[in-house]
Formats: sequence, structure tokens, C-alpha cells
Amino acid sequence: MLLDSLFNGVAIGSVLLVAALGLAIVFGLMGVINLAHGELMMLGAYTTYVTQLIFKLPLLKPYYNSYVIVSIFFAFIVSGVVGILLEKTVIRKLYGSPLETLLATWGVSLILQQFVRSVPLAYGTGLVISLIIGLFLPTVFSPKVKESINFKYVKFSSWIFASLAGVLSGHLIASSVSKLSRASARNVDVTAPAWMRGQVEILGTAFPKTRLMIIIITLISVIAITLFLNQSAWGMRIRAVTQNREMSDCLGISTEKVDVLTFGIGSGLAGVAGVAVSLLGSVGPNVGGNYIVGCFMVVVLGGVGNLLGTIFASFGIGIMTDLIGAGRLLSIWPDMPLPLSNTINFFATTSMARVMIFALIVIFLQFKPTGLFPQKGRMVES
Amino acid sequence: MEFKNLKLSKKTTLIIWVIIISFIIAAPSILPVFRLNLLGRYLSLAIVALGVDLIWGFTGLLSLGQGIFFALGGYCAAMYLQITSSSEFPNNIPEFFGLYGVDNLPFFWEPFRSPIFSLLAIWVIPALVAGMLGFLVFRNRIKGVYFSILTQAALLVFFNFFNGQQKLINGTNGLKTDVTQLFGQMVGSESMQRMFFWLTALIVVAAWFFSKWVVKGRFGNILIGIRDDEPRVRFTGYNPVLFKTIIFSIAGGLAGISGALYTVQSGIVSPQFMTVPFSIEMVIWVAVGGRGTLLGAILGAVFINYAKSLVSEALPASWMFIQGGLFILVVTALPEGVLGWVQGEGPRNLLQRFGLKRKIETYPSLEIKNKTEGLKNE
Repeated sequence: MLLDSLFNGVAIGSVLLVAALGLAIVFGLMGVINLAHGELMMLGAYTTYVTQLIFKLPLLKPYYNSYVIVSIFFAFIVSGVVGILLEKTVIRKLYGSPLETLLATWGVSLILQQFVRSVPLAYGTGLVISLIIGLFLPTVFSPKVKESINFKYVKFSSWIFASLAGVLSGHLIASSVSKLSRASARNVDVTAPAWMRGQVEILGTAFPKTRLMIIIITLISVIAITLFLNQSAWGMRIRAVTQNREMSDCLGISTEKVDVLTFGIGSGLAGVAGVAVSLLGSVGPNVGGNYIVGCFMVVVLGGVGNLLGTIFASFGIGIMTDLIGAGRLLSIWPDMPLPLSNTINFFATTSMARVMIFALIVIFLQFKPTGLFPQKGRMVES
Repeated sequence: MEFKNLKLSKKTTLIIWVIIISFIIAAPSILPVFRLNLLGRYLSLAIVALGVDLIWGFTGLLSLGQGIFFALGGYCAAMYLQITSSSEFPNNIPEFFGLYGVDNLPFFWEPFRSPIFSLLAIWVIPALVAGMLGFLVFRNRIKGVYFSILTQAALLVFFNFFNGQQKLINGTNGLKTDVTQLFGQMVGSESMQRMFFWLTALIVVAAWFFSKWVVKGRFGNILIGIRDDEPRVRFTGYNPVLFKTIIFSIAGGLAGISGALYTVQSGIVSPQFMTVPFSIEMVIWVAVGGRGTLLGAILGAVFINYAKSLVSEALPASWMFIQGGLFILVVTALPEGVLGWVQGEGPRNLLQRFGLKRKIETYPSLEIKNKTEGLKNE
């Protein structure tokens, strides 16, 4: 009974965690709240759907079972590239004004939502492919090339190549997968491969395999991002810029590159979260909106610039959601006094559980306004 | 972001007002009933936009939850109308209660039998809720994006609550007002709607004068001080919490009035008023019009909504693209809004670009001087 509740809570929390991880990193580094984060998740979910359909083609049919794993990488790349584009075009202009960034990213989220509604997914994929090529092709040339030719031409020609490749691949996908060739605002479904359906029995309780898979995805993402931030050179630079941007700039760290990289990784993680979300229910243009406020709550509760806070906050919220939403306290303590049990029954739905959790968070913030693990410092502005 | 405090000159303000008022007076005879009703609704949205301008343009608090107060005002008005015109239904209570097996009016609706209480409740209740929420948040010096996120979460919480409570407030169906009676006439009837249009227009003007009065003098200066440098205001001996709470509840009260007027003109209030996009749209009306210029909020609200209804009638799918583009454009290219652009260097720069106006010779110290003077004005 208790194990069941704990598992449910961890399952809810791990979706929140993988979704909030990217948001927390970006927010910690740049103080930017990305309202388009939910839509980047949505892109990840759609990437899973497209990957699934492509793996149904005769050529790739034998490998169909592995499509979920492949789509995790695809989703990371797709959302990451869209995030990088967003950073380079919009957000870069707005550093130092977080409220304006909030509004601009909301505009981006509206555009992305309408984009998946009114553009056929095949051509959308083509567009993303051309973005990937266009952004990364210029970086593969060796420094020698960069010195000998004016780099503008290299960039220009690679964008031409990229757009050609995008149009071709979009057309190829559209002609081979008929489901992707028309625009539709309807929700689509991702079906898990055979090995992920059904349940596993641990200690006498049955757990759905998809939920376990999500927990594993989350675990791997958290470990990978921790290793990256703590062990790699770029991770160290990111942490340095998070702590003190001006000082890091003075010491020769390219804060511009750090910003792009961080935003890309944060967005990529949103894509991974999208894969997890697509396994839970149907995928639609509004799928991100269901999770985004939960992610914000995690960031507010967890505090800035500390992954541990994010982890604790998301599992805390997940377990509380399950405890309140399913009315589990009643089954643990059946003969509690009547007014108390009535109150618990009143809050025992998913939507009312949200109400309760928000109230709890506001109460919590009265005691610890900067979250669970605040950054130490003596600044007036924090 | 560095943000100059805009002061529209008296002449410009007067000209814009003359245009607005002559348009409002002419509207009932030019526009067909349907369009007139739409204009009335959008004018009522201008009131909530004034509130957003007070808290965002002047105090620097970006609230993404004004929909809460808007809807609360709407619910208060709708419930009063439902209760007064429920005499033919069983138990003398609004019809929908019967559907869920509720025989007695829930106790908190009881005072709404009185018209005076309802009239007060329309703005007092939202103002109180805003004040309470604001106090709890501001007390801990939660500000900036944290504040925005918390207001958005609060909005979602209220939405969930109102959406789920069928027995108390008819849940997701909302409360209808167009078939209810007021002064022995149907609220949805043409003559009543015409009256509401005039009432809305009057209240918009009154709300503008009120907001103007609020931001005038020392109180307004402190608000602007909080926007530009809050710690400094605190160190000077003022308590920002008090001022922020007051202005936030004023904005809440304005939102409540606006919601009530919008409800009686659109014929229904439902939890849809508390969705996330609607509340963020309110911010963009102000941003497009020009934040910190109260007139800009009114113009922004009316024009954007009118544009929205025209565009969505012609090309339903394209409005989202336009709106998204508008958000991005306004914050990157027009941070001071259209009025700010017109009032500032905008038109001159545009003419210069096409060679229609001579470039002004300038030298760095002049620009620095202008800047410091701008700071002093703030």
C-alpha cells in the first residue's frame, strides 16, 4: 500500500523532474523563465511520434522495437536546436530584462503551437533538419578554412545546402508516410513497443513498465547532467557563469557560448521530457501546457542554481500530489475524525490536489522565500 | 531594462481623448448592434488593462494572474443577476442548483440577494483577494519572475477550483446572464446592452481619471521608485510591501469591475476567463499601447481586441501567428509601445531613414545630458 503510493509519487515526480531540469538550469544561469519550455516538450513528444512512424517503414521495420531509445536522442537534438535558434534570435537581445523575456517566449510558444497545427509534420521535420544542418555545418570546418575564405560565404552556402536538404527530406517523408503529409490539429497517439507494455511485479506489487521506463529516463538524464556540470570543462564554465557572470567574463570565459550551450541543453532536456510525456498519454499541440506550471512550482520550491533542490522539490510535489489527489491518507488512517476526513475527501481529485499543493507552497515560501536550497550571498538583489 | 518614464504631453492626451469620446458618441449610430456590443466588451477590457498598466507599467510587477480578479468580479455580477431573477424556479434559487440536487443557496451566496452588497462585492472582493495574495507574496520580497510565476500558478489554481465545483458555482458551464432580469428588463435585450455600453464608456473615463490620480504626486513617485530600484526605496525609509499591496489590490478592484461589465455584455461568465492565455494577453495590450501611459492601455486593449475579432473572422488560423509575432516584436523592437514610439524619437528616426528629415547633429555629451535629465524626471 505504502509502496504503491510511493511508486506513484515517484513516477509523477520523475516526469516533473525531467521536465523541470532544463528549466531550472536555464533559470539558474540566466534568470530567464522560458514560457516556451512546454512547447519544446511538445516538440519532443511529436518527434517521438514522427520517429515511430518512420520506423514503421519497411526499411526500418526490423528495428521497430528500439524506436523509443532512438527518439530520445532525436528529441534532444530537435528541441535543443529549436532552443538554440530561439536563444540566438530572440532571447539574446533581452538579457537583463527577465520580464520581457517571459513575454517574448510566450509569443514563441504561441507560434510553435500554431505551427504544429497548421504545418504538416513531414515538412516541419524537414524544416528542423535544415535548421540542424544550417547551424552545425559551419562549425565542422577546420580553422584553416575559416582563415582562408571569408566565413560569411561558408555560412551562406551551408544555409543554402541546408534548406535544400530540408525540402528534400520533408518531401521524402511526406511521400512515404501519408499520415505525416497533412496538417491536423487532432491529438496523436504514441504506442509503446511490445517490450514496454504490461507490468512488472516487484515485491508483490505490479508496476506499469512505461512508468518504470520514465523513471529510468529521468535517472539517466539527471546523472548525465550532473556529470556534465561537475566533470567537464564546459560544465565548469557554466557553473562559473551561474555564480558570477561579470567575473567569468573577465577571466576569459565566452559567456555568449555558455549561454547558447546552456540554453541548448536546457531545451534538449525539455525534448527528452517530451518523450516521457508521449508515453503517458496522447500528444497534442497543448500537451506542454499541462506540465509547465508544475515545472515552475518545482523551480520556485527548489531554489535557483542547485540541482539537488530541483530533485527534492519535484519528488516532494509528486508524492504530495499522489497522497492528496488519491486520498491516500484516509486509507492509511481509516478512523480519523469526521471533519478531517471530509476535508481530505474534498481535496481528493487531481485538480483539487493542485489547489492544495499551491496553498502548501505559498505557506512554505513564507518561511523560506528563496526555496529549499537558497544560494548563499549577501546581495541586496537576489 | 532601462525604461524612460513616458509623459504624454497635455496636447496629445487631449487630442486622443477628443478622438476617443467622439468615436464613442458616434458609435451607437454608425455600428450595427453586434459590432457595438463587441466594442462595449473591449471597452470594458480597457479597464482591466488600466489596472495592468498601474502594476506593470508603473510599479514593475508583471502579474500573469489578473484573470482571477476579472473572473471574480464577473461571478459576483452574474450571481446577483441569477439570484434576483430566480423567483419562478424551485426553492427560489438559480436553476442550475436544481440539476445538482442543491436545495439551499450556499451560505456565501446569501448576501448577494442585496443589490448594494453585490455592487460593492464586484470590486471589493477582487481587491481583497488581490491584497491578501499580494501581501503574502510581497512580504517575503518575492519579486520579478518569481512573482509572475506565482501569479500564474494562482490563476491555474483558481481555474481548477472554479472548474471543479459544480454544486457551488456551476463549474465548467459558468453562469449565464443574458436571460436574467434587471429593472424588469432582460439583460440580453438590445436596449439594456445599449445602456451597458454607455455605462462602460463612462466607467472607462472614470477609471482613467482615478488611475491618473493614483500615479500623481508622491504615491506615484514611490511606485515608479519601486519599479526602478526597490532596495533604494526601502533604504530611504519607505515600506515597499505596503505600496505594492495597495497598488496590486487597486488593480484587482479594477479587474473586478471590468469583469462584471464584460460578463453582462457577453452574457456569460465561466472559468474560461481564468485561462492562462487570456491573462497574458492583458499584458500585451498594455505593452502594445505603451506601458506607463495609461491612455496606451485603453487604446491597446480596444484596438488589439478589435483586430483579433476581425482577423479571426477572416483567417482563423493566422491570429495565433500574428499574436505570437506581436509579443516578440513589442518586447524587442517597441519596448515603449506605440504611444511611446510616437511620443519619443520614433517618427523622426523613421523619416530620417528615408531621407525625409535632416539628421540632427549630436555629440556624446548632449546625449549623456539627455539621459541624466531623463533619470531625474523619473
